[in-house]
Amino acid sequence: MEEESDTRKINNSFLRDHNYATEADIISTVEFNSTGELLATGDKGGRVVVFQREQESKSQPHRRGEYNVYSTFQSHEPEFDYLKSLEIEEKINKIKWLPQQNAAYFLLSTNDKTVKLWKISERDKRPEGYNLKDEDGRIRDPSTITSLRVPVLQPMDLMVEATARRIFSNAHTYHINSISVNSDLQTFISTDDLRVNLWNLEITDRSFNIVDIKPANMEELTEVITSAEFHPQQCHTFAYSSSKGSIRLCDMRLAALCDKHCKYFEEPEDPATRSFFSEIISSISDVKFSHNGRYLMTRDYLTVKVWDLQMENKPVETYQVHDYLRGKLCSLYENDCIFDKFECVWNGSDSVIMTGSYNNFFRMFDRNTKRDVTLEASRENSKPRAILKPRKVCVGGKRRKDEISVDSLDFSKKILHTTWHPHENIIAVAATNNLYIFQDKVN
Amino acid sequence: MYFSGSLLTTEEPPGREGCAVVLGQKPRSAAQQRHSVTATVSKMAGADGDDSLYPIAVLIDELRNEDVQLRLNSIKKLSTIALALGVERTRTELLPFLTDTIYDEDEVLLALAEQLGNFTMLVGGPEYVHCLLPPLESLATVEETVVRDKAVESLRKISQEHSPVDLEVHFEPLVKRLASGDWFTSRTSACGLFSVCYPRVSSTVKAEIRQHFRTLCSDDTPMVRRAAASKLGEFAKVLEPEYVKSDIISLFTALASDEQDSVRLLAVEACVSIATLLPQEDLETLVMPTLRQAAEDKSWRVRYMVADKFSELQKAVGSEITKNDLVPAFQNLLKDCEAEVRAAAANKVKEFCENLPEDNREQIIMTHILPCVKELVSDTNQHVKSALASVIMGLSTILGKDNTIEHLLPLFLAQLKDECPEVRLNIISNLDCVNEVIGIRQLSQSLLPAIVELAEDAKWRVRLAIIEYMPLLAGQLGVEFFDEKLNTLCMAWLIDHVYAIREAATCNLMKLVEKFGAEWAQNTIVPKVLGMANDPNYLHRMTTLFCINALSEACGQEITTKQMLPVVLKMSNDQVANVRFNVAKSLQKIGPVLDSNALQTEVKPVLEKLATDSDMDVKYFAQEAISVLALA
Repeated sequence: MEEESDTRKINNSFLRDHNYATEADIISTVEFNSTGELLATGDKGGRVVVFQREQESKSQPHRRGEYNVYSTFQSHEPEFDYLKSLEIEEKINKIKWLPQQNAAYFLLSTNDKTVKLWKISERDKRPEGYNLKDEDGRIRDPSTITSLRVPVLQPMDLMVEATARRIFSNAHTYHINSISVNSDLQTFISTDDLRVNLWNLEITDRSFNIVDIKPANMEELTEVITSAEFHPQQCHTFAYSSSKGSIRLCDMRLAALCDKHCKYFEEPEDPATRSFFSEIISSISDVKFSHNGRYLMTRDYLTVKVWDLQMENKPVETYQVHDYLRGKLCSLYENDCIFDKFECVWNGSDSVIMTGSYNNFFRMFDRNTKRDVTLEASRENSKPRAILKPRKVCVGGKRRKDEISVDSLDFSKKILHTTWHPHENIIAVAATNNLYIFQDKVN
Repeated sequence: MYFSGSLLTTEEPPGREGCAVVLGQKPRSAAQQRHSVTATVSKMAGADGDDSLYPIAVLIDELRNEDVQLRLNSIKKLSTIALALGVERTRTELLPFLTDTIYDEDEVLLALAEQLGNFTMLVGGPEYVHCLLPPLESLATVEETVVRDKAVESLRKISQEHSPVDLEVHFEPLVKRLASGDWFTSRTSACGLFSVCYPRVSSTVKAEIRQHFRTLCSDDTPMVRRAAASKLGEFAKVLEPEYVKSDIISLFTALASDEQDSVRLLAVEACVSIATLLPQEDLETLVMPTLRQAAEDKSWRVRYMVADKFSELQKAVGSEITKNDLVPAFQNLLKDCEAEVRAAAANKVKEFCENLPEDNREQIIMTHILPCVKELVSDTNQHVKSALASVIMGLSTILGKDNTIEHLLPLFLAQLKDECPEVRLNIISNLDCVNEVIGIRQLSQSLLPAIVELAEDAKWRVRLAIIEYMPLLAGQLGVEFFDEKLNTLCMAWLIDHVYAIREAATCNLMKLVEKFGAEWAQNTIVPKVLGMANDPNYLHRMTTLFCINALSEACGQEITTKQMLPVVLKMSNDQVANVRFNVAKSLQKIGPVLDSNALQTEVKPVLEKLATDSDMDVKYFAQEAISVLALA
C-alpha cells in the first residue's frame, strides 16, 4: 500500500523554496484532527496553519483529498520573562485537537511555557443597518432620526476566525515538551522536563502538579521527562517517557499525586553494545498509545519499539529506523544531530508505524507483514500524483543504482514530525519548511 | 490541594515601602472615566431634549460596536431597547437578530442569556413567551459552559410561563431537538430541561422524555453522561414513584459503574436525592450496594466525593443504615490511603458525629471515631491535619466537659504545637466552642506561645490571619489577659514592614476598642499610636493617621478632639507630601466626629493652608476635604 502512495502538493504557497526559507518557517509540529478533515501545523514563528480537506464534488471526484489552507493565525508571540531574564520562544511545540463539540473547531497549541486553547469558527453573515449612520458610513443628523432600525443579518463571504479562548500559563518552570487531552474531555496534561501538570480545560488559574521528578538537589538530576500521553480510552491512565529510555505508566485513581508509577517499561541494556553514546541514543523522544489502547510505541534515536501494556520487561517489537547510522554516532554527536527528537505515529488501525529519518527520508513498518519501506519527501518527486519510489541506503561496499550511500545523506534535512489520518491512508510529513501530504492511490 | 504555578506559592507582600505612594494616590482616572454611551447620550439629550429616540438608537447601534464593553452595555439595556421597539418589533426583528449573534464574546452572550430569562413581558406576555426559545436554543449550544448553563437557567425560568399547550407545542420539541442534537453541547443542555417540562406534559410525552433521558445517560461522550448524572437526582424528584424504581435505579446503577471516573463521582451526588425519594425498606436493596461500591471505588476521586457528601448521605439514608454501614465506611475514609480523601472526611467529622442517632452517639464516637481522629492529629499530610483542626473543636460540645478534658484536650494541645501554622490557626479560630464547654483557661498556657509564634511568623499571610482572630481571642481571654500578654503584639504589628499587616493591625485596633471601650483605648493604645507621629519613618507616621481614621469614631468626640486632632494638625507641616495629603484625608474622615467649633477654628485654617500646598496631590485632597466637610 505505501509503495503505491500518491503525492500531491497541497498548497503552492506553502511549498516555499528551502533555500529562501527563514528559521521561522520551519514546521515544528503537525497533527490531524479526530475526523481527518482538518490538519494543523505549527512552526517556529509561532504560527498555526490549519488545512481543510476539500469536499468531494461530482465534477472532479479525484480532487477529494486535497487539503487547502483554512485558517492561519499567530498562536504565540516571542516573550521575555523579566523575572528570570529569559527569552521565551514563540515556537509551537505541540498541537492537539479537541473532539468537535459544536460547529466550531478547537485545538490546543503550546510553546515552551504557555498552552492556548484556540477556537476556529466560521462566520457567513454580518449585521447591516445602522441608526446613526448612512449606508455609506456618513453620520446622520440626530434630528432626522424618526424611527429605529434593528440590524438585519445578511449573508457575506465565508470568514474563518481563530480566537484564543483560554490561556493556560504560569505553571511550567521548564520547557513544555508535550500536551495530551484526556478521554474524559474535561482535562489535559502539559508536561515539561521535570513535571506533569493536570488542567481542567475550563479553568486557567490553577493546575495540579501530578508528577514531579525534580530532585531536591539539582546536581543529582539524572533523568528528565521527554514526553507524556493519556491513554485513549482509560481516563485515569497516562504514560510518560524519560531520557533514560524507560516509560512509566501512572494510574490517577490510586492517588492524587502520581509520583509513584504503577508500571515501568524498560529493556535491560545489552552490555555488549554499550558505548559512550548508549545513554544518549536510548533517550525516548516520543511515546504514543495505539488507538486501541493496548500498546505503547516509543521512538529513540535509532529504533521504534512497541510495548504491550501487559509486558514491562521488554518491547514486543523493535524496528530499526536507520541502523546504518550506528557507525556514525561520533560525527552525529559532533554536529548535535544525535539530540534530534524524532516523533512516531500509528496508522488508523495500528497496523503500520511511521517515523522520520534524515535526508528527507521517512520510514514505514508494517507490523503484520513485517515489511518496511523508506520513502523520500522531496520536491523533485512530489509532482502531483507521482508515485513515491522506495529508497535504499547502502552501507559500504558497492553502491547499486538508485541507492544512496550513508556518507552522502544530508543530515540537515530531517523529518521529525509526521501525522497519519485517523481512518484513511493519508499522511502528512513535515520536512523542514515544507509540508507534504501523501495518500493511497485513488482507484 | 496541590497548586502549582508561582502565583499561589510565592510569598509576595502586596505593599512594601514603595506601594504607600500608590495607596495614597487619588483616583483621578476613575473620576475622569466616563462611559462613552452616557457621554453621548447626555450630550445629545442636552442639545435637543425631546429627542427620546436618540439614546435608543445609540444603544441599538452599539449592539455591534467593536468595543466589547459597549456591546455588553447595550445588551444589559436590552429591555430598554425592547420597550422602545414595542412587543411586535421585538418579536419580529430584535429576537431574530439576537438568535444569530452567537458569535460574540462569552460575557456578552452570558448577559444576553440572562436578559432573555426576564423578557416575557417585553415580547407580549406568556402568550408569546415561546418567541424567546430560538435565541435561547442557539445559546444553549455554544461551547462555553457558563453561557450554556445560563441559557438553560433562563429556559427553565420561562418554561414556567408557558401554558400547558405551549409547553407541548413549543418547549418540549425544543428539548427533544437539543437532546438529539449532533453536538454534545446541545445534548448536555437538554439534560437540564427534562425536569421542568416533565410534570406538565401528557403521559405519552412523558414516556418520550423518559426515553430521551435514558438515551443521554448512555451517550457516547462523557460530557453528556456527566450532565445526565448531575441531573439524575433532580429528574428523579419529578418522576412518579413507580418510574423511580423501574427507570432511575437502573440508570443510577449504570452511571455509578461508568468507565469514566468523572461520571461515577457524579452518581454519588445523585445518590443523595434518590435515597430521599425511596422508602426506607428499599434503600438496602436499591441504593446501598451502589453506595458501598462508591465508598470503596478504585479511584480516589470517587471516594473523595463520598467523603465530601457524607453528611448529606447520612441524612438521606437514615440512622439505622448509618449505624450499620456508614460508621465503618466513614472509618475507612478517615484512614484512606489518599490524603485528599482523608482531608475531605476529616472535614466532616463534626457534622457526622452531630448527626449520629442520639441514643448511642457517645458510644459510637468514643469507640469508633475518636481512635481514627487521634491518628489524624499526627497525619503526615498538613492539609489533612488542618482540615481536622478546623472542626475538631466542635466535638467538645457533643462529648461534654469530662470527655473533652480527658480525650480531646490532649489533641487540641498537640495541634496547637503543630509544625504547620495553618493547623494552629484553625484551632485558634475555633476556640469559642471549647470556651463554652471547659473554659479557655485550660488552654491558655499552651495558647500563648502558639499565638506569639504565629504573630511573628515569617510569612505575612500567617501574621495576617492571626491578626484577624485577635478581636475574637480578646473577647474570650478577657481584658486582663489581653493587656498582659497580647497588647504588645498588637502594637508591634503597626510597624510591620508589610503594608497589609499594618492595615490589618489598624483595623484590629478599632475592633478592640469596640470591644473594650473608649476608656481602655485612652489608657492603653491611644498614647502609643500618637507617639508614632514623631517617628523618623514616614510610613509609621502615616500609620498614626490610618489608626486615627479607624479609631476616631469608636473613641468618641472627646478623645478625638482633645488628643487626636492636635496631632493630626501638627502633622500638616510634615515634610513628606504623602503624609500631608493623608492629613487632609484624615481630617475629612474625622471631621464628622468633631464639633463645629473645632472644625471652623482648627481644621479649616489647616485645610486652607494645605489647599495652597506646592504638591498637587495635597491640594487635591485638601480641596476635597473642604468641600466634603462644607467648610468653603
